[in-house]
Amino acid sequence: MNVAVRPHLVDRPRSVSLPASRQGLHPRIVEEDPPFLVVEGVSLGFGGTVALDAVDLSVGEGEIHAVIGPNGAGKSSLINAISGLYAPDSGAIRIGDDRFSRVPTRHLARLGVARTFQNLALFRGLTVLDTVTIGLVDSQSAGLGAQVLGLPHARREAREHRERADAVIAALDLADIRDRLVGTLPYGVQKRVELARALVAKPRLLLLDEPMAGMTATEKQRMSGDIRAARDSTGTTIVLIEHDVGVVMSLSDRVTVLDHGRRIASGTPAEVQADPAVIAAYLGLAFEAGA
Amino acid sequence: MAATSTPLDKSLPCLSAKGIGVVLLLTIAYGIVPLVGSSYLYEAILTPFLALSLAALGLNLLTGYAGQLSLGSSAFMAVGAYAAFNLSLRLPFLPLPATIVLAGLVAALAGLVAGLPALRLRGFYLAVSTLAVQFFVAWVLNRFSWLSNDSPSGIISAPPLVVAGLSFEDARGRYLFSLTVVTLLTVLAWRLVTSPTGRNFVAVRDNETAARVIGVKVARTKLLAFGLSSFIIGVAGVLWAFAYLRTVEPAGFNLDRSFQILFIVIIGGLGTLRGAFLGAGLIVVLPLLLSRFGAALLGDGFDSGTLEMCQRIVLGILIVAFLIREPAGLSALLDRAVRRLRPSA
Repeated sequence: MNVAVRPHLVDRPRSVSLPASRQGLHPRIVEEDPPFLVVEGVSLGFGGTVALDAVDLSVGEGEIHAVIGPNGAGKSSLINAISGLYAPDSGAIRIGDDRFSRVPTRHLARLGVARTFQNLALFRGLTVLDTVTIGLVDSQSAGLGAQVLGLPHARREAREHRERADAVIAALDLADIRDRLVGTLPYGVQKRVELARALVAKPRLLLLDEPMAGMTATEKQRMSGDIRAARDSTGTTIVLIEHDVGVVMSLSDRVTVLDHGRRIASGTPAEVQADPAVIAAYLGLAFEAGA
Repeated sequence: MAATSTPLDKSLPCLSAKGIGVVLLLTIAYGIVPLVGSSYLYEAILTPFLALSLAALGLNLLTGYAGQLSLGSSAFMAVGAYAAFNLSLRLPFLPLPATIVLAGLVAALAGLVAGLPALRLRGFYLAVSTLAVQFFVAWVLNRFSWLSNDSPSGIISAPPLVVAGLSFEDARGRYLFSLTVVTLLTVLAWRLVTSPTGRNFVAVRDNETAARVIGVKVARTKLLAFGLSSFIIGVAGVLWAFAYLRTVEPAGFNLDRSFQILFIVIIGGLGTLRGAFLGAGLIVVLPLLLSRFGAALLGDGFDSGTLEMCQRIVLGILIVAFLIREPAGLSALLDRAVRRLRPSA
């Protein structure tokens, strides 16, 4: 099991320049991007239940890749496997240049990976500012003594981190509630706070588990815009799970469809939408339900 | 490294309402109380109040901020007290402040060991494992009489409280000594909980998985919380033994004391520094009020046994009431009262 984090990976700048195909309004040719995340035949079972069955996934650098599928299809399991919360029974996961049989969760930040959770995983007792600032915890270097005594380098680091957090807070339009406790905020706002916490460290790979679940149409639109803006400004690679097919089709560059733990389709939104297996398993039902 | 000097930022104390309150309290504690206080006030109320406040402050770092439940507080008090006793006995050249700091470090070490189960256990199971520490420390102190300099039943007596030639032996001196130690440690604790490390404590408390995912070193944070908390509780034990009781035995640091400290934290308010002081104030004053009240009501029929029983009943009711009606404790009540007093501010 490869758990060592290579030094060069740690020092590499988190923001990368955008590929040429990203910079204009030209249609995206995602095939040109080198894959940043590769899931190679990952299987995962709980007791007798198969959550993931030899799932492959390849996500190009700077791509927004949606994972869709009916309830219980294994979408969250896939995200949890990529972030190391679940140990796959077989297969491997490649992030950047590192390949893991189980991704080391405690090194995620150092690998440049950030994520959000389906049912929110926030710190209720922290303010919005503290919640976003703690997203930078991995790049913290001042020791406890320096923090408590308020030594210059600790103060400077705290100020720099606060400024970086404030920039993200402003970008996501959270400045008005910057000093509120997260636990007191409405659900849709908490979702944005969680996104801000994930974005502040400028991750190279962002895993979003249903970032728009339970949101109103307006909130969804805003969240879509925020996600796209995050990708456009930092070139981060994004994997997101989303149920709203309209959002998925307009936001993502590529779509992977899971059903019963198996990948049944993968391609551009248009390709996936036209795939008979997908229509049978998922989209048809969604469209019928929506109609 | 930036060459520019750091401008005055928010980390410097600014004159907020809270700041004024703290300055006012310190002025009263240092400037007025020593002028008007009686030795009863110092010995029966203020000194035990300060020692218990400090112990509760330490436990609040661990339980209130970092979310790790412990029932071993009085064991760490005992470790601090007996470590300080042995240090002053066997290394008499050490100045008292150094003895106290070293005793705190010994307690911190004990806390680190006691915190190891926290890497695998949570909540109730962790509390039970800290219970083991409680009994283990009592056993060690009774078993190895060397630790109490071979005195019968492990009783130790405090050395003279002298710092740099200044004696703090009388009741007022011991109060001022405790007040100074408590003030210093409270300032450090305040710096800690407002620092990035304090933020990590809360993150581990509120959502351990999320904390790990964003890169908080969860194991290190938990052990740090145990170590720092035990340091403070250990120093509180030194105050309890040296400044308050002057003569203690291991049985004085029993499970009852651990629960008392936990109750102080719950009643005062988890995750607030002043909660420790509010809770300790209530716990110290409650029996005095009850005994006055009881004596006035029942006359001679109100003996110490009845008092103790009433005390337990009232305390129990208070804890249940707080847990149901105001889980954030006296601290939250105070907040609300202040807000009501100045509705327009």
